[in-house]
Amino acid sequence: MTDLTKLTLVEARDGLAKKSFSARDLTSAHIAAIERANASINAFVLETPDRALAAADAADRNIAKGTARPLEGLPLGIKDLFCTEGVRTTACSRILDDFKPTYESTVTRNLWDAGAVMLGKLNNDEFAMGSSNETSAFGPVVNPWRRRGSDAKLVPGGSSGGSSAAVAAGLCLAATATDTGGSIRQPAALTGTVGIKPTYGRCSRWGIVAFASSLDQAGPITKTVEDAALMLSVMASHDPKDTTSVDQPVPDYAALMRQGVKGLRVGVPKEYRVDGMSKEIDTLWQTGIDWLKAAGATIKEITLPHTKYALPAYYIVAPAEASSNLARYDGVRYGLRVPGKDLIDTYENTRAAGFGKEVKRRVLIGTYVLSAGYYDAYYLKAQKVRTLIKRDFDRAWNDVDVVLTPTTPSPAFAFGEKSGDPLAMYLEDIFTVTVNMAGLPGISVPAGLSAEGTPLGLQLIGKPFDEGTLFRAAKAIEDAAGRFTPADAWWLT
Amino acid sequence: MHDKVAAPSNGNLIPGATGDWEVVIGMEVHAQVNSRAKLFSGAATAFGAEPNAHVSLVDAAMPGMLPVINEECVAQAVRTGLGLKAQINLKSIFDRKNYFYPDLPQGYQISQYKQPIVGEGEIEIEVDGTAKTVGIERLHLEQDAGKSIHDQHPEYSYVDLNRSGVALMEIVSKPDLRSAKEAQAYVTKLRTILRYLGTCDGDMEKGNLRADVNVSVRKPGAPLGTRCEIKNVNSIRFIGQAVDVEARRQIDIIEDGGKIDQETRLFDPGKGETRSMRSKEEAHDYRYFPDPDLLPLEFTEDYVAHLRHDLPELPDEKKARFMAEYGLASYDASVLVAERERADYFQAVAKGRDGKTAANWVINELLGRLNKEGHDIADSPVSADQVGGIVDLIANGTISGKLAKDLFEIVWSEGGDPAEIVETRGMKQVTDTGAIETAVDAVIAANPDKVEQVKAKPSMIGWFVGQVMKASGGKANPQAVNEILKAKLGLE
Repeated sequence: MTDLTKLTLVEARDGLAKKSFSARDLTSAHIAAIERANASINAFVLETPDRALAAADAADRNIAKGTARPLEGLPLGIKDLFCTEGVRTTACSRILDDFKPTYESTVTRNLWDAGAVMLGKLNNDEFAMGSSNETSAFGPVVNPWRRRGSDAKLVPGGSSGGSSAAVAAGLCLAATATDTGGSIRQPAALTGTVGIKPTYGRCSRWGIVAFASSLDQAGPITKTVEDAALMLSVMASHDPKDTTSVDQPVPDYAALMRQGVKGLRVGVPKEYRVDGMSKEIDTLWQTGIDWLKAAGATIKEITLPHTKYALPAYYIVAPAEASSNLARYDGVRYGLRVPGKDLIDTYENTRAAGFGKEVKRRVLIGTYVLSAGYYDAYYLKAQKVRTLIKRDFDRAWNDVDVVLTPTTPSPAFAFGEKSGDPLAMYLEDIFTVTVNMAGLPGISVPAGLSAEGTPLGLQLIGKPFDEGTLFRAAKAIEDAAGRFTPADAWWLT
Repeated sequence: MHDKVAAPSNGNLIPGATGDWEVVIGMEVHAQVNSRAKLFSGAATAFGAEPNAHVSLVDAAMPGMLPVINEECVAQAVRTGLGLKAQINLKSIFDRKNYFYPDLPQGYQISQYKQPIVGEGEIEIEVDGTAKTVGIERLHLEQDAGKSIHDQHPEYSYVDLNRSGVALMEIVSKPDLRSAKEAQAYVTKLRTILRYLGTCDGDMEKGNLRADVNVSVRKPGAPLGTRCEIKNVNSIRFIGQAVDVEARRQIDIIEDGGKIDQETRLFDPGKGETRSMRSKEEAHDYRYFPDPDLLPLEFTEDYVAHLRHDLPELPDEKKARFMAEYGLASYDASVLVAERERADYFQAVAKGRDGKTAANWVINELLGRLNKEGHDIADSPVSADQVGGIVDLIANGTISGKLAKDLFEIVWSEGGDPAEIVETRGMKQVTDTGAIETAVDAVIAANPDKVEQVKAKPSMIGWFVGQVMKASGGKANPQAVNEILKAKLGLE
């Protein structure tokens, strides 16, 4: 039998339909892979093999009865930001301790209702704050990719580093992730996987531990563009429990994906040619342009003049919302409590012990920018920048259907390389945050390898609720570039 | 504060050692919205349940939970705004007010800061027969906090989240009030309006209506003084007392050469004093910002028009109508419209009957008696139909006014149909002139000396009427007795 962990999500679905193997076989293969690999990759912070096998057996019965649902029997990893009923959910923070939700997030509920199987919970930066997965309370995740001729551990990106590494290493067929400033797309780019952040409001945020409410969106990390289309079609839904989710029909993404890019107008924003961008990223970008042109698209240079303000504005808005969203972790009702001599002391002890350094940094920044006397200069101004960024894109949509940019300014970096320098780390998001600030959909698709042999991604940005066009353009790049998997599965040896 | 404030009302000045002082009062009333569910969750709002029985995942601020606006609470706020003749804002914003406290699970209260749902409006009040318009600054929707319970354990406090997330309307007045009586009249009238609208039950004992009272003093015509806010005063009586003691405290400080510190104070009804709770320096920085979990609250002019159309008649309109339609005096009309149930009761009694008589019976007999027994009109043992029946029996001459009062007593304690009671107990007035004539003749024959005296002093006829009535057991029609006596005695 072929190695079932090497299949894509769609191949596995088709294999189950043809009864080439059972859902139990498929799930067992992934459980075995996790058992062998997790000590070195550290992608899973909680494994749920018994639950997975029970779900796989139920799936086999449905397949036998001919009542298979869209994701019947397909084993997935779930980022630890998604609340899962009865299964520990921590956002990879000490402060949530052994928290077991009594409820299931809407997105994961949609997946289980479609027949998917949960293998366990995936590592991430604490409260999704980070770009390297080094801030997790469960320790860092190791990228399955290595530089050519080197054993140095590379980061898998963040905050969805567990998701990207697990998919790249074949530990699950696909994974859920969340993206507040690039947390789906950047780790996808650094691991040779596909990651889409849909339009704000496309997926329900209900039951996802909040980082920055006006920016957070769920999306999948997958092996292929088609897998991403399949995952998103199930994850997306209008949810009355999240009033920021939008009542828009979810189209057949896979069908849209196959339409090709003939006649598609692709914008290339000149402001994304930032100082210090490596030559190979620039070359990759040009290659992407050439591929799309060859596939029948027309290319247009566009201007998004407020791009340079996006990152500083993001680092005001996101921490501001986070400082308030994280106020509920006070040791009173659930999670960690470190008692003190009085109430204030208990608050301080609990939050000092429960939050990591990066979370504390952002809570402090957020508290500061919302304070009396600073609000207008920081928060209000950042919101104005946000409006201007949106307007830049609104104007661009008059001329183009989709925008092509690099996903990250550089390939995967080594452990500790940027974690001591928050500003260097924040620059990882320079190409991705504008998309969150404008509420637009963005996808990262693998497009090549760096000189060191590590993956690089290109990002496509679309109009609101036009994920279909993103899948079309991403498929064209994928068809031209091919798929990228680590040459040597060192984590299985 | 506001530069434009109403002119001082006469007779409200407080004498001090350095001359007269004027007290300036503004009110922030927190009114719990009448609704089955909380402002942003489906949990129930019923009072008196076991601690933490009405708590949803949202109310407990579990990770990943999101608020969803309860449309009924929005409608109630709009109705209230309309009842206060206020501007309704078609777009408003919910903000987060951030602070840490165990009874505030989210670590922030969802409130409305810069763009409230209701803007400026007004309330008419009346004190000692003088009418006055009090400006409303704004009304906004916000969540209530839970309750910390400190008296159950030597070391720990308990938290009850039943109230957490319940919808409140904060109604802020302009600093237009000038005396304790005006402050009391304002809250009383506001409560009446809320009850008419059905948007708040106004129950101050349960904490469903509570007032923060802002008090400052100044010399008449001088700029506004520094104010102190007296938090959470929970009865109309205490509001009056708190204003008086706080004004006096401030006057004494200023007259002793001191100055007022802006601060939050608590009123202690037991000691009859206000005490400092926290100073301006200790005030929280609430770090307000728009709640990113909620879109701006928007509705259409049509939606407002629909709610306006279904609005009940409000006390001011009802009073004007009672005066015009039933010819009632202003005072009587005010008494009747003070509660919606009372006005409804009166209207049921007055239907097809003389309005003034109906008003007299409702105010003097019924309300007097209810008040004495401590009953609400809602649980009155005598129905409007029964009072109407008694009024009918007086109007058609079946019983006298005096007998009617006896009849009311019987109906109050035993119930039953007034007409039937009169019939079965022989309470009918005797209008049969034959019977009355016989009684009159008997009285005249038995009292020749009095007959002589009445001829000199006609007002003595009252004595004869009394004798005849006594002889008839009170059942003779007094008017008929009077006429027959006059004829037989040769008066006129």
